[in-house]
Amino acid sequence: MKIQFDQEYDVIVIGGGHAGCEAAAASARLGANTALLTNKLETIGVMSCNPAIGGLGKGHLVREIDALDGVMGKVIDQAGIQFRMLNASKGPAVRGPRAQADRKLYREAMQKTLKNYPNLTLLEGAADDFILDDNEIKGVKTEDGLILKAQAVILTTGTFLRGLIHRGTDKIPAGRVGEKPTVNLAETLINLGFPMQRLKTGTPARLDGTTIDWGALEVQKADSNPVPFSYMTEKITVPQIDCHITYTNENTHQIIRDNLHLAPMYSGQIDGTGPRYCPSIEDKVVRFADKNRHQIFLEPEGLDDSTVYPNGISNALPIDVQATMLKTIRGLENAVVKEWAYAIEYDYCDPRDLKNTLESKRLKGLFLAGQINGTTGYEEAAAQGLMAGLNAAAQAASVSRETANPYTLDRAQAYIGVLIDDLISRGAPEPYRMFTSRAEYRLLLRSDNADQRLTDIGIEWGCVGAERQKHWAGKKTALAAARAMVKSLNETPSKLIEKGVSVNQDGRRRNAFELLRYPDVKWEQLIAIWPELDDVEAPIREQVEIDALYDGYMGRQQAEIESFRRDEALKLPQSLDYSQIGGLSNEVRQKLEMVQPETLGAASRIPGVTPAAVIALLRHVKKRAA
Amino acid sequence: MGYGARMISDTIFALSSAPGKAGVAVIRVSGPKAWESYQALSGDIKMQPRQAAVRSLKHPDSGEIIDQAMVIGFKAPASFTGEDVIEYHCHGSPAVLEEMFDVLAAQNSHRLAQHGEFTRRAFENGKLDLTEAEAIADLIDAETKAQKEQAITQMSGALSTLYNSWIKDLTKALAYIEAIIDFPDEDVPDSETAQAMPAIQKLYEEINGHLNDNRRGERLRNGLQVVIIGAPNAGKSSLINVLAQRDVAIVSDLAGTTRDIIEVHLNLNGYPVIIADTAGLRPEQIGATGHEAIESEGIKRALKKAEEADLKILLVDAEQSEIADHTLSLIDDSTIVVVNKVDLALDIEKTFHVKQGDEAAFISTKTEAGISEFLDRLSHKISDLMKVSRETPSLTRQRHRQYLEESALYLEQAINETQPELMAQNLRSAVNSLGRITGRVDVEDLLDVIFKDFCIGK
Repeated sequence: MKIQFDQEYDVIVIGGGHAGCEAAAASARLGANTALLTNKLETIGVMSCNPAIGGLGKGHLVREIDALDGVMGKVIDQAGIQFRMLNASKGPAVRGPRAQADRKLYREAMQKTLKNYPNLTLLEGAADDFILDDNEIKGVKTEDGLILKAQAVILTTGTFLRGLIHRGTDKIPAGRVGEKPTVNLAETLINLGFPMQRLKTGTPARLDGTTIDWGALEVQKADSNPVPFSYMTEKITVPQIDCHITYTNENTHQIIRDNLHLAPMYSGQIDGTGPRYCPSIEDKVVRFADKNRHQIFLEPEGLDDSTVYPNGISNALPIDVQATMLKTIRGLENAVVKEWAYAIEYDYCDPRDLKNTLESKRLKGLFLAGQINGTTGYEEAAAQGLMAGLNAAAQAASVSRETANPYTLDRAQAYIGVLIDDLISRGAPEPYRMFTSRAEYRLLLRSDNADQRLTDIGIEWGCVGAERQKHWAGKKTALAAARAMVKSLNETPSKLIEKGVSVNQDGRRRNAFELLRYPDVKWEQLIAIWPELDDVEAPIREQVEIDALYDGYMGRQQAEIESFRRDEALKLPQSLDYSQIGGLSNEVRQKLEMVQPETLGAASRIPGVTPAAVIALLRHVKKRAA
Repeated sequence: MGYGARMISDTIFALSSAPGKAGVAVIRVSGPKAWESYQALSGDIKMQPRQAAVRSLKHPDSGEIIDQAMVIGFKAPASFTGEDVIEYHCHGSPAVLEEMFDVLAAQNSHRLAQHGEFTRRAFENGKLDLTEAEAIADLIDAETKAQKEQAITQMSGALSTLYNSWIKDLTKALAYIEAIIDFPDEDVPDSETAQAMPAIQKLYEEINGHLNDNRRGERLRNGLQVVIIGAPNAGKSSLINVLAQRDVAIVSDLAGTTRDIIEVHLNLNGYPVIIADTAGLRPEQIGATGHEAIESEGIKRALKKAEEADLKILLVDAEQSEIADHTLSLIDDSTIVVVNKVDLALDIEKTFHVKQGDEAAFISTKTEAGISEFLDRLSHKISDLMKVSRETPSLTRQRHRQYLEESALYLEQAINETQPELMAQNLRSAVNSLGRITGRVDVEDLLDVIFKDFCIGK
């Protein structure tokens, strides 16, 4: 096949959302000549839903992206207007950084970052179709007729694939409100046999903040000492604002109940599955009928933008019902609505159709990342974008796709690993969101140590720039020195008791690290015994204290990780014919055939695959190997 | 040869009824080629699954009729093993069976099944969970009625039900703590999450209670250990012979003949009992050298065995007026004192004193006087010890005990932790240990509880 190309790239990223931005940046960091193709350049980095980044699990993902020198952490640090460390009162393993964002600042910071990114070209245009040759991707055709060549393409179309907005009985084809959906690409994917399914999500109305009665409402303050997302950010300089909290009440609920027949989820107009953790207000009222109120966080969308995002009341009710409902809520009695709430249904591709590199098993060189894989959330999208970007660039740089070195993280290394493994082995029967409960090794996968877990890996992969390498090298040395120091400083019990540290009079010398394991012993106290501890900088001190806090659990967690890795080390051949393996029920066989797990461990995590089936698989593979 | 070396995709066959001459013998064939060999034997290609049919089975080569049999076929996965299965109900003549086996063995990828292989395949095909599969193995091995009842209770899923109910309670408690961790900004009421702690405490106590059942279930499965101890020549070997009604131990009038422990397996009122005969107790010999040392080693072993036993029978000789202090020190609640040789002693009541409240049993192994009264008392004592309630199934496997102990340990640690993430870590470990008995708990199970019980989503 001879094609005349208008432009040539190594990697083309379709879509300028959070997956697209991170994918383009990652690919460019690895040195691939990368293009980001998006409908409108001005919508790059737009937050289509809730103007916030981070949270539990999600904040962990952002820190990991940052540790691999991604862009999201640095951008939110320039745009966050209310930083809060969630679970600050609980242990460090379950603290999650979160920030309310100024939409405009975020978008601008992202666009500025990408415009100046080496190896990256931003292209305005709508992707219309793929250029294919024998199950391999060769490039992209735009609606304007441009033919763009690429070794690898990353598709990050979010909710745009056959997007359909629902509001009451109205149905409007759109990718976001006011933007047209992507239809041709969706049809191409269907024609190629991609397993496309429907999901649904919703968004609340946007209110004019100048018409809200703030005085009547509870205030939620930002942390007085905002902690940045990026390991590279010294200090947050964006002004911090308050959020407010209000509640629905029985009157609100009555109006919703009276109009349920007009709600698309209840009238049968929507087929797609919505997320259980982000239910619409209709769902909350129906499913939790005994609750007489539901909380609403009123989140300003920007410092100089009066728009307010009322988090907690997404719905798809008709406009007149929405208006009546809002008037029943304290503080919102006279609120003017800038944009009405809606639900959106969109196509996604069952991610069990992907390899652990996020490359399609069906079409060589095509990578999928973000909401198209059935996830929700900017952070989940960005994390996938990063990994797809690295793997696409790796393919472009290799002699052949097959010899490309895959970049993957496992469940014991990162939340990114948990995310991708969950997607490819379980699929996304509902929109997938990260929670810390999904991570088996939660005490190790913390938001505070993402750099310790990942930056060296990133350096080896070649995706970490010089500036961060230098920064990390300094921190790493300081950490090692502090860890060695606390283990070398030791003292007798009588001396310790003299200094006010209560220990057993057993004559055994204890080192500073052992003492830090006691819940009542603080670093400051130990300075009185060993003055040199005062020289250790606060962030380094904190890490050593966390080491001590979880030290008793690390042995157990490490043993679990070793057993996990043993199963991961047992690779299942991709050509495996499951019908030849005795002892597999039809149901289990079908599941294995669908997912084609890459390792025995991955097979064991597929829902419905029994321990017995795993034993049968193991026996078969061992026999083949023998 | 282990299973590992054999092809699991082989078609296996075996006699499924008891061996020996019988009216009907059932041969079960299971595997992908079971229907193929049926066609070769019967020439029938139209048989419907799950419908009994009478067929003439012929030798595929010679065409000679082997037997007229009733045949039932099953198609995977709707069969005991989850594979294609054919059951031949033949006439139970050894000649017929021999010829059937010859023919089946000659069929493509057919081989004789190994012990337990049908059950194993059923387990591997997801037809049984692990406790059910173990129960079937126990049922097949069950020799006594009480063992059979326990196996049936377990097979019907009583143990699975118990463990699954714990997993369910534990999952719920864990889900509540995970909800506090993952949804700090949400409306997760403290009052509801506070329920997690009492629930964990209660589970901890239940699992410990189950573990502290005096190993009743394992005893029933493995047999109750009863050991006969006593001075040399008290008649221990004679007693065991009377009990077993057959000669199992060397009986002689020379003291100290039984140098090692000899066991006899008995069925007492439906309970499996292992009675061990031991070397005579002559404490002054312990540690002796030379010729006596052999016996001394046997005595040490006897004492050890006595310590480990579930019940002890202390046998004393009615002709001896006193029992050594050392022997008396062995008497405790699980001891039955038995006075032997009452045929020789004239005034037993006067000459014999023991310190325990329980009355001694008086027997003669020679005349068998008092033996049935003694057996009644023994059965009684055993029944008390082994009472199995149908409602609360007992722990039958060491494997179960190990994971339950692990689980209880983690629960204890969870109770002692104050940080929610460390409580959760211990509860996760506890759930995993329980899950190793019946099947794993998925994160989706946790999320199901969280989203069902709490209104998450701002």
